[in-house]
Amino acid sequence: MTWVPTPYRVVARTVETHDSATLTLRPVAESLPGFRPGQFAMLYAHGVGEVPISISAIPGDGTLVHTIRAVGAVSRALHDAEPGTVIGARGPFGTAWQLDGVEDLLVVAGGIGLAPLRPVLGHLSKRTVLIAGARTPQDLLYKDELGQLSSVDTVLTVDHGDHDWHGRVGFVTEPLASLPFDPERTTALLCGPEPMMRFCARTLLGRGLAPDRIQVSLERNMQCGIGVCGHCQLGPLLLCRDGPVTGYPTARPLLSAKEL
Amino acid sequence: MASQVFDLSGLDALIGVLRADGRVVVGPLLRDDAITLAEVKSATDLPSGWGVEIGPGHYRVRRRTDTAVFGHSAGPQSWKRFLHPPHRTLMSSDSSGFHAVQDDTPDYAFLGVRACDLAAIGKLRQITGGRAPFVVAAQCTEPGEVCFCTSMGCGPAAGPGYDIALTERIDEQGQRFLATSGTAEGAAVLARVPAREAVPEDIALAEQDVDAAARNMGRAMPELDLRDLLAAGRDSAHWEAVAERCLTCGNCTMVCPTCFCVSVEDHTDLDGNAERAQRWASCFEIDFSYLHGGAVRTSGAARYRQWMTHKLGTWHDQFGTSGCVGCGRCIAWCPAGIDITEEAAVLSQTMKHGGDRR
Repeated sequence: MTWVPTPYRVVARTVETHDSATLTLRPVAESLPGFRPGQFAMLYAHGVGEVPISISAIPGDGTLVHTIRAVGAVSRALHDAEPGTVIGARGPFGTAWQLDGVEDLLVVAGGIGLAPLRPVLGHLSKRTVLIAGARTPQDLLYKDELGQLSSVDTVLTVDHGDHDWHGRVGFVTEPLASLPFDPERTTALLCGPEPMMRFCARTLLGRGLAPDRIQVSLERNMQCGIGVCGHCQLGPLLLCRDGPVTGYPTARPLLSAKEL
Repeated sequence: MASQVFDLSGLDALIGVLRADGRVVVGPLLRDDAITLAEVKSATDLPSGWGVEIGPGHYRVRRRTDTAVFGHSAGPQSWKRFLHPPHRTLMSSDSSGFHAVQDDTPDYAFLGVRACDLAAIGKLRQITGGRAPFVVAAQCTEPGEVCFCTSMGCGPAAGPGYDIALTERIDEQGQRFLATSGTAEGAAVLARVPAREAVPEDIALAEQDVDAAARNMGRAMPELDLRDLLAAGRDSAHWEAVAERCLTCGNCTMVCPTCFCVSVEDHTDLDGNAERAQRWASCFEIDFSYLHGGAVRTSGAARYRQWMTHKLGTWHDQFGTSGCVGCGRCIAWCPAGIDITEEAAVLSQTMKHGGDRR
């Protein structure tokens, strides 16, 4: 019964920023099949609706971990769900980050785009560089946790700093332009607003990284997760099925078209 | 593939056999000055002697000079409304959990399904799934002015998927139907209908009538790879030219027998119970492509391009086939009379001259 969600109970809720919270969900009875990094679930708030939310950690104990930014009625209801609340989940849906054979990993995230990339960080024995950007220091996700990831070189940058911010100010493309990396060994994973991904990819291509070494996570309206509602079309793709993660050779012509 | 011949009383008997087996027989019915689709209980319910006059943005029923019951082309409705209803409850949610809903779809027998619509049923069911209906096809011998099924490879002869195919003929020997079974189930039903065995002449005449229909198509798509055309024409200024006429009303998507898009929404009652339901949606709705921050496709040009590109081009990428069957409904029911075959022709001319990148 693909339309009937599986009940999960909120067992922990961590406030990440002024508009984002991470929920840990434990199955009430049956659990969903395992998720891979990059995939998403359709999360259902009783009586309000259902939205696609990426998996943002994979603890391996049957729980689902999702970081939710409140941007509309449904995401607000999910974001506000206190421990004990039962919500519905369907999934796993979509494509995953392709990590087979990856050598050096370069992860670039903008805003909430860090959430679907978090399961990749610190779980590979590879050299990993993370560049994460946000509008302001208050919008940066997982700040404390990122500081503790010894296997990841982390660069944080914000569009607008404040009195307590002593880090970088500017777009993620700036550190990307000067970062040392080996184009023959590096795989780049990008997730964030479309213009950000476009400019990051352009910078990386300019520095000699082959297009097929870049993966992006794309977003469109999604209402079913199973390829039957039609909302998530992006040109030839049904993003709930053919995405959200795609190689840049596929994404490049789609991202350059207006209103596609 | 046994064939037999019966008259109107045999057609009535066929309806009776299908009903006796517990099927809801849906067929053409004259109602509200249109040939609609609704339950038919006997052959007398069929629109005997009614045809249609059809064109871009134009549809009128007209009196025929004979008593043909299948002498009309695609009407405002399609079989989509039965296989993929405009509104369907998906699940319910209450304090005890989430619940599946009972599938109360009747066991349908569709009577008078044209070749274009038979192809459409296949394309639609590939996406929406669900139980297969029993199909009595009506081969087309009299295409309408907006028809172009031949271009799309979907007619006028009924393709695979029917249980029984009928070819209606009226001449000096009277009104009769050549019936051919396409499945064992169809043959079993036909065996219960009083009829005479078909002779080679019956079959030859039917083939001749259907062949003639192929030559009488009202319209045609340009002869080129439509998928390539739409991919190459993505940035054409032609989309702006269509948008000047397009009202973005979504009529084309509602009448299209394959447009399957739905929006999903919750309905709650005062006791705190909720139902989740889908309803037909259209890519012409501004909210269809909504992401936080706004809709992706706001201009009429982008929305028309999405519809036509999906129908003729990217449907291939997503489902391995075209989304168009050439029924012509989108042409007839467009209030601005926008003609998909004409727009494809203009686009192909534009692209031939090197494109016109906006």
